[in-house]
Amino acid sequence: MVGLPARGKTYISKKLTRYLNWIGVPTKMFNVGQYRREAVKIYKNFEFFKPDNEEAMRIRKACAAAALKDVSAYFTKEQGQVAVFDATNTTRERRAVIVSLAKEKGYKVFFVESICDDPEIIAENIKQVKFGSPDYVDRDIDEAMEDFVQRIECYRASYMPIDDEKDRKLSYIKIFDVGSRYLVNQIQDHIQSRIVYYLMNIHVTPRSIYLSRHGESELNLLGRIGGDSGLSPRGLKYASALANFIRSQEITDLKVWTSHMKRTIQTAETLGVQYEQWKALNEIDAGVCEELTYEEIQENFPEEFALRDQDKYRYRYPKGESYEDLVHRLEPVIMELERQENVLVVCHQAVMRCLLAYFLDKPADELPYLRCPLHTVLKLTPIAYGCKVESYFLNIEAVNTHRERPANVSINRDPDEALQTVPDHI
Amino acid sequence: MMRGCSSRAKQNQDRAVCMTNCPTLIVTVGLPARGKTYISKKLTRYLNWIGVPTREFNVGQYRREFVKIYKSFEFFRPDNEEGLKIRRQCASAALNDVRQYLTEEGGQVAVFDATNTTRERRETIIQFAEQNGFKVFFVESVCEDPDVIQENIVQVKLGSPDYTNCNTEEAVEDFMKRIKCYENSYETLDEVLDRDLSYIKIMDVGQRYLVNRVLDHIQSRIVYYLMNIHITPRSIYLCRHGESELNVKGRIGGDSGLTPRGKEFAKKLSQFIQAQSISDLKVWTSQMKRTIQTAEALSVPYEQWKVLNEIDAGVCEEMMYEEIQDHYPLEFALRDQDKYRYRYPKGESYEDLVQRLEPVIMELERQENVLVICHQAVMRCLLAYFLDKTAEELPYLKCPLHTVLKLTPVAYGCKVESISLNVDAVNTHRERPENVNIHRTTEDALQTVPAHL
Repeated sequence: MVGLPARGKTYISKKLTRYLNWIGVPTKMFNVGQYRREAVKIYKNFEFFKPDNEEAMRIRKACAAAALKDVSAYFTKEQGQVAVFDATNTTRERRAVIVSLAKEKGYKVFFVESICDDPEIIAENIKQVKFGSPDYVDRDIDEAMEDFVQRIECYRASYMPIDDEKDRKLSYIKIFDVGSRYLVNQIQDHIQSRIVYYLMNIHVTPRSIYLSRHGESELNLLGRIGGDSGLSPRGLKYASALANFIRSQEITDLKVWTSHMKRTIQTAETLGVQYEQWKALNEIDAGVCEELTYEEIQENFPEEFALRDQDKYRYRYPKGESYEDLVHRLEPVIMELERQENVLVVCHQAVMRCLLAYFLDKPADELPYLRCPLHTVLKLTPIAYGCKVESYFLNIEAVNTHRERPANVSINRDPDEALQTVPDHI
Repeated sequence: MMRGCSSRAKQNQDRAVCMTNCPTLIVTVGLPARGKTYISKKLTRYLNWIGVPTREFNVGQYRREFVKIYKSFEFFRPDNEEGLKIRRQCASAALNDVRQYLTEEGGQVAVFDATNTTRERRETIIQFAEQNGFKVFFVESVCEDPDVIQENIVQVKLGSPDYTNCNTEEAVEDFMKRIKCYENSYETLDEVLDRDLSYIKIMDVGQRYLVNRVLDHIQSRIVYYLMNIHITPRSIYLCRHGESELNVKGRIGGDSGLTPRGKEFAKKLSQFIQAQSISDLKVWTSQMKRTIQTAEALSVPYEQWKVLNEIDAGVCEEMMYEEIQDHYPLEFALRDQDKYRYRYPKGESYEDLVQRLEPVIMELERQENVLVICHQAVMRCLLAYFLDKTAEELPYLKCPLHTVLKLTPVAYGCKVESISLNVDAVNTHRERPENVNIHRTTEDALQTVPAHL
């Protein structure tokens, strides 16, 4: 990363790291500020960052070096594929150190520079993420703001943005004014191209994303998975309740998305607004197990059933899909969700788990067990570096479709043990 | 994803209201021989393939129709008033056709391919777009590398109707003077003056890009596409897996292994690839046995893509056409009526296939030499992209077993060489029968089914 303080570098770093991990590229973020906080337990004031503070300079260089060392360890010992080095890196000298280290070790380097001079954006930034920082935990707001502004000034004199002429051989993207303009130079490969595409699609305009499953379906009641059934009477009630809820939220310009399956379409119909159908939002394809109950799966495919419990994320139903496949086909949905503002996505249990895992940064082993009950709307609102989640159960009873991982996942287990965690149904 | 057209532009005095799905006018900008027409044609091809109705409007074309015979570069001199008048008329005529295409013919994107090198000309276009409720997105190509420009002229200008009667030296000389005519008045898109416009500036054939104010989904996709294409010479090899067990039985879909003839093909494929002496060849397969087995014979690393899997025939998986006619005569007829959009129950359509193959196409654009070992329907979709085939033609493209298609980009299109590796195989190509009516007889339905065991 490159840029003055309060230009969104950490925001971008965290978001990018989250996205890359979700699509299956092992990525880790290394925030030099963190290292500094560990080295210098107590932050006094901006004087630490004055360019003539030799003691501090020494510490800061050491922290950067320690972070780079951890980056190497991440690549060589932990099978990391991408490391995000989050620091100001505002001098050519510092960037040259990184480039030469990378060259020595055979890493590709891609710079992401954020340039912004809009005082409002910077002030908002400081309010959102700096006041809550451990550096300012004992200050009042005005003190903190003043100190941080001085901190930025310490960097400004020596700030040398990436130069279009001198740095023409480097690979980088320059982001101007929070995405109004981009300069992209020398993209080397697929992952850099994906990173650029992602960075060009995200924005910071406040908005909320509403995630919900379809209303309870006929097959849900019977404890059967998959299929393409319609809503049960309670499911229809939920659709009305959802319409009321959405109206009460008074959302401007809400986009509504569904899958191509009856149950999500029926749920959206009651809203009385335009909605868009995405085939990519269809429920996970259970292949040979489509429309079976868990009891039937245990009876007909006991080994498959056990294998799934062993690795629910990667397990692929015969002639069907895995959660891993789902994430892959949901990627364009995520990309478009990033571009959009207020959206309501009416989808399915496995699909919703994948989307939720993206927003809440859940790893692959937790993803297939995230709780996404019927008749509950999750409202996600980005704040600071993460996402606020509000859960609204709309008070219409529904079956439970959540099956926890049983204690025994061995292929030799008894049917009892296999069916231990199956939720009730007709 | 289905993007339906919501309500179109409403006239409101002289300005039309731009709804979210309003048409987009892409405007190229740049001196001659900067690749504007190359980009226009490629972009148009890509957008049509992903299902966005797009058409290009090349002002040079209009000029050639108007001024039947091209004499020399003098036509383009900035002080040639007669020439200027004609050129302005041609631009207007083209814009008129753009308006018709976008408002009356269901077009979603129009690519206005001309130099558009002055701010004045661009301002005229912007006003035209505002009056009609079109969004404008500029694509500027800037290049000063004389080698690139020379190669450009050799590839596409020498063959142009303008120069049919000149020898190479004459043509190059005249064209260079033509470029000079534009240079003095060229006003590149400016970071400050044009800060409110939406545009991408491509510098030095993709070394660097400046992207300003991307407004919506389609512009974002266009930018992503333009940033992934390149002009480094290379070839793409497309072929199907070797003949499979289900192929010989006349059954569709499934996940069977290769027949002995199929294995023979795999060996021949390996020899063929070696004989081609391709540098740095990437090999891609699907995740189905038959493509993997085929690739195995090559003894090189290969990458498996799930999205390269054959079209999912849903309830018809592993059936023979005779059985489909027996069990699902209605579905069988519906498919013949609209093979591109028809979706097998619990399966996919060709339209779905194109959607899932888009990342493959994007990565193929990024790569250089690639061999893709895939399946009949998948290969048809990929081929349609490279050869600019319509949705109607796509499902009937001939992709026989044991034949490699070598695609090499040349000028504005693609050279295709078809190489049969001389190993016999069943024919799996079923032509559209004459009678597609849902009440047709079994005989009529099965008229075009190829022979099998």
